[in-house]
Formats: sequence, structure tokens, C-alpha cells
Amino acid sequence: MRLHFSRKLLGIPYAVFLAFFVIIPMLVILFYAFTDKEMHFSFGNFIQFFSDPTKLSTIVYSLVIAVITTAVCLAIAYPVAYILARSKMKKKFVILLLFVTPMWINFVLRVNAIRELLNWVGLLGEANYFNTIFGMVYDFLPFMILPLYTTMLKIDESLYEASADLGANSVTTFVRVTLPLSAPGIVSGITMVFLPSMTNYVVSDMLGNSKVTIIGKFIYEYFGSNWHMGSMVALILLIVVFLSTWLTGGFREDEPARGSSL
Amino acid sequence: MNKKTLAAKCVKAIFIGLVLLLLYAPILLLAVYSFIDTDVIGTSGSFSLTHYTKLFTDSRVLTMIGNTFGLAFASAALSTLLGTLGAIGMYYCKRRVKTAMSVASRIPIINAEIVTALALAILFVVIGLPKSYFTMLIGHMVISTPFVVLSVMPKLKQMDNSLYEAALDLGASPAKALLKVVLPQIVPGIISGFMLAITLSLDDYIVTVYTRPSGFETISTYVFNATTRGNAHTAETLSSFWALTTIIFLVILIVVIAANLSGRKREVKP
Repeated sequence: MRLHFSRKLLGIPYAVFLAFFVIIPMLVILFYAFTDKEMHFSFGNFIQFFSDPTKLSTIVYSLVIAVITTAVCLAIAYPVAYILARSKMKKKFVILLLFVTPMWINFVLRVNAIRELLNWVGLLGEANYFNTIFGMVYDFLPFMILPLYTTMLKIDESLYEASADLGANSVTTFVRVTLPLSAPGIVSGITMVFLPSMTNYVVSDMLGNSKVTIIGKFIYEYFGSNWHMGSMVALILLIVVFLSTWLTGGFREDEPARGSSL
Repeated sequence: MNKKTLAAKCVKAIFIGLVLLLLYAPILLLAVYSFIDTDVIGTSGSFSLTHYTKLFTDSRVLTMIGNTFGLAFASAALSTLLGTLGAIGMYYCKRRVKTAMSVASRIPIINAEIVTALALAILFVVIGLPKSYFTMLIGHMVISTPFVVLSVMPKLKQMDNSLYEAALDLGASPAKALLKVVLPQIVPGIISGFMLAITLSLDDYIVTVYTRPSGFETISTYVFNATTRGNAHTAETLSSFWALTTIIFLVILIVVIAANLSGRKREVKP
């Protein structure tokens, strides 16, 4: 007797893999976040964390860094994406590629290159917060350019013409046509830059002279000492990510995902 | 009017040029100094290849480069296999199962890397799995397999389903039809998924640190430690990274240019 072959069965290894190494780890985090060291249910981790003024001030600093990084990325990426998307140049894809190419150099080597540049101009160790933000903008800029460019490319050229025909000047056209139609790109760009600038402590450690602490660094520090607290911070980040993804419709199937554009 | 548009064009070109200059300044700085006989950027020296010879004679550096690429290929190959089978399975599953799997598959993509890393590290301790090459491989597969699924899935959706039915009608077994009809149609997605998986693994620092066996170094962990805990490493080690960055940059540049040229040729063909 031959075993009946079904194409569905091919998905089983991946389903098992997802259950074991994606779902269960999240449940483990959830369990640790709500238990104390004796494994009893407790809200103690949250209370202890949020009543510590030094932790709270670090969170505020980290959020400010993330907001500034995201804002600067948007301010640079928006005009870049707009110019490229509306350009009639044949080879504009090559220019877009130039913006993405540095991303293929190993992340840490790239941060190291910025470190050497900052050292050369004499800023390393002198302006830790500036250096951290500079490095983050440098590293996360392509994540902002790509979604903006893709959404702007989809805007129908005739809409600009119609707007001009109906008497709108270029400012009105921008505010009433370009901006609303590129909003999805802005939202996905912001989510792609904001999260790593709160959590990717490689940049802040290497450029901030180990003086800049961001939220992601808490997890690293707790990993050696207290998993319950570490899981609690991870759970908060997890909830933030889920809410923002859900609100922006990122769970929908046809939504292009982070980094998959190129 | 023509003057005005010309001026606007110039402003645009200058802006794009400035941003690109900013983006490439650190890399170009390292590229220039990688050929100069000094360990401190900004000091003068003469043209030499010492940084390159240092890079290729330091056994620790060679080991870490080998480790990085070995891990990237191993995890990308496994991720591609798992992800391709997964995508095919998901595509033919009932809607509810498919949705559940694609949401689960999206978690490592949207999650902060540090959260994925911590969760895996705690899981391995809880189930009593000591950190090893295997756990690190799992870690890299967790971050890259979802991207393979994402690149294979659209190809499955574009596929003409009647071809598979036709193969069955003509007497092919389901397995053979899958291999001879479905697989060839999704190959581009599989290849781009594999490339994406390699890039993600090469780039990774955080997941590697939380899941690696002790003593295992990749380019990322080695350079990170060398720069943040400078005491154990001399300026000499740091300057050999200039050469490494330059080599990687050149390789990428060549690949990008080659891909562009071959792409143009393909367009010309009917």
C-alpha cells in the first residue's frame, strides 16, 4: 500500500518548527514576565521596574532617541523618495540601488566604519547621544526610503496633472495629493525605523561610548541576572510591536514585509 | 520657465548627491586608509598592503570569516528547504490553518531581534539544551525562514493551477507533478529567499550572541568585541577591519553591477 501523498503535508515540518521555536518561546517569555523567582504568579516585575526612577529616565531617553532618529530619517528619506519616484530618468533604479547597497555590508562593520569616521572628526567619546543618533540614522535610512519610494511610485502621474489643471499650486498639490497618498509608506517606514532605534543596542554601544542606554540594552543586562525582569521588558516590546502591526494592518497577507522589498 | 526647472533639477541632484555622499563617506574613508600604512585614520603614511596581509595571516580573523560564511550557507540552505516546503504546504492548506501559520511566521519578522533572541535563549535553557552550533543554527533559521516563505508565496499565487491538474490527468503521480510542474515555477522565489536568508545570517549580531556556543566568533561578534572592549585588541586588529570592510564593499559592488548588466541582457532577449 502506498501512503496517500498530500501537498498539505509538506507544511508540517515548518508548522512544527514555528510551534517550537516561535510560539513556545513567546509563551515562555509571557510566563517569566508574570512570575517571581519562586515561580509564583506576580506583577512584581512590572511594579519594581516602573517604580525605579533611573529605569524610567532611561526609557524616556531611549524614546527621545528613537523619535529623533525616526524624524531625521523621515526628513531625509521623504525628499529622496519623492525625487526618485517622480524622476523621469531611465536609470533611477540604479540610484535607488546606491541607497541600498551599503546595507549589504555587515551591520557591525558598517557601524565600525561610522565609528572610525566619528573618531577622525574628533566626536567619538565627546558627543555620545549625537553619535548614537547619527549612526542610527545612517543605518536605518534605507528602511525609510524603500517603503516611501514604493508607495510614491504607485501614485498615478495623472493625479498631479489633474491637480495642476484644477488650479492647485505645487504646495496645495503636495498637501492634498502627495502627502495623503504616501501616508501608508510613511507609516510603514516609521514602524521599521522606530523599533530598531529603541532596541538595537549595537549602535548605541559602539558609538555612544557605552554611555548611552536604550530599552533593548535592559534585556541584555537582565539576561545575565534576572530573566523575569528581562522577559517583562521583552513582553512590553512584544505588545508594542503587535499593537502597531495590527493597527497598521501588517498581519494582512499581501502586505509587503520589512526588508523584503529588495 | 526653463531656467526655473533647470534650477529645480540642480537642487534635486545636489540633495541626492549629498545624501549619497553622507552614506558612502565612512566606507570610502576606510577604503582609502585600508591602503595606507597607518593604524590611526587622519595620520599620514605611505601606500601599502599591510592591512590586507595582516587580515589574511591572522588565524583568528580567518576562522571568524570562515565561521560567518559557513553558518550563513548552512542556515540559508536549511531555511530555504524548510521555508519552501512550508510555503507549498501552507498554500494548499485550509484557510484557517494557512492564516494561523502566516501570522506565526510573521512574528520573527516584526519582532525586535533582541526579543526573539532572549526568548530562544531562555527556551534552550528551560528544555535543557546547552548552547551549541545546533542552537545557533536554529536561531538563524528562526530569523530567516519566514523571509523565504515570504518570497516563495507570491510565486505560488502567480502559478497556473491547471498545469498541476493537467499533469495529474496525464498520469503523473502527485509527487512527480509537484517536482516537475510546481517546483520549476517557484524557483525564482526560492533563489531570492535563499539570497535573503544568507544576507540576514551574515548581518546578524544579536541572535548569534544569545545562541552561540562559547568561543564561536563571527565577523559581527568579533568586531563588536574588538571595538567595545578595546583593551584586549590593539589598533592593529582594528585597522585590519578596514581591509575587510573594503573587500566586502568591493564584492557587493561587483555583484550589483554584474546583476544589473545581466538584467539588461535578459531584457533585450525576446
